[in-house]
Amino acid sequence: MRSGVEQMIEFNQVTKKYRSQAALNDFSLTLPHGKIIGLVGENGSGKSTVLKLISGLISPTKGSVTVDGEPATRKISSRVSYLSELDAYYTFYTVGETVDYYKSLYSDFNQSKAEEILDYMKLDRSKKVKDLSKGNRGRLKIAVTLAREVPVILMDEPLSGLDPMVRDSIVKGLLSFMDYEKQTLIITTHEIKEIEPILDMVVLIKDGTLLKVEEVEELRIEQNVSIVEWMKQVYQDGGMGK
Amino acid sequence: MAEDFNASKPIYLQLADRINRQILRKELETGQKLPSVREMAIQSGVNPNTVQRTYSELERMGSVESKRGQGTFVTEDQYVLNELRQRLKKEQISSFFEDMKEMGFTEDEMVSGLKEYISGEERGGTND
Repeated sequence: MRSGVEQMIEFNQVTKKYRSQAALNDFSLTLPHGKIIGLVGENGSGKSTVLKLISGLISPTKGSVTVDGEPATRKISSRVSYLSELDAYYTFYTVGETVDYYKSLYSDFNQSKAEEILDYMKLDRSKKVKDLSKGNRGRLKIAVTLAREVPVILMDEPLSGLDPMVRDSIVKGLLSFMDYEKQTLIITTHEIKEIEPILDMVVLIKDGTLLKVEEVEELRIEQNVSIVEWMKQVYQDGGMGK
Repeated sequence: MAEDFNASKPIYLQLADRINRQILRKELETGQKLPSVREMAIQSGVNPNTVQRTYSELERMGSVESKRGQGTFVTEDQYVLNELRQRLKKEQISSFFEDMKEMGFTEDEMVSGLKEYISGEERGGTND
């Protein structure tokens, strides 16, 4: 990794166990500022656990997770905006009420940015959340997550189960509304092809351990491989050596 | 312009190539301002740092100039543009030549084949 870049998110020998099962095992990782980072790996590899640890929703069994040097406890939510894989809003609210609700939850919520994103995503403020299509519920989640002015934005499977048109509008939305000079975006996804042109870095994990971290454009320059090709190679090698 | 990029080749070079072609076609005119890094990132659906790298590469090639605080502009230097044109021509011809040679065509066959193609005999209706 380049020197001189302030390190922002740090996992220091983290083990996370659910009951007796380890979701992450002696996991160490440092991620810099101002990047768009893809977190990839098979189902059950520990991707969601990584995001939940950064957001302070869960805490490590062993080791430490810090954001800008601060331990990632529940209080870290003032620096971290987290989009859950699950639906996280009241379905009886309208789109407009959902935005108001988020505004009441977070003092860093930028209402005018939220309005802009709603317009961009063509979301009708008066519609009830329960009457929205799956695609529009996905868009609404993106809107309220992106409208927070925080240094770290985490998105767990934002494209999952959505059609290609919606996925495209979300990817463009991320590029349009993320403040990439000040914010770091970490995305977990299986839709790698859609997301790969916008990534700076990719982090590959397997069975709760870190396999590799790479700059995506360097993969293309040095090895002439796409992320999917690279993943297959690394998985085959078991992540050993270069 | 929302064509996909080849995911296993450097995107910054693919984007630089597209912009150079737009300059040669005069879709981007001499002295014209290029979109900002953010606009270009959104338009082409790529990472902003990649666009920044593309702009630096184009500047290194001479096809654009960046003016402090104002943005990036297509060069007005006709000499540079002409060189760019000649270089891209040469690159294209050289890759055509190497491919044809690899398949065992003679130089005469290449030249006559090219002439025939241009005169339209072998050209399908899909030329652009």
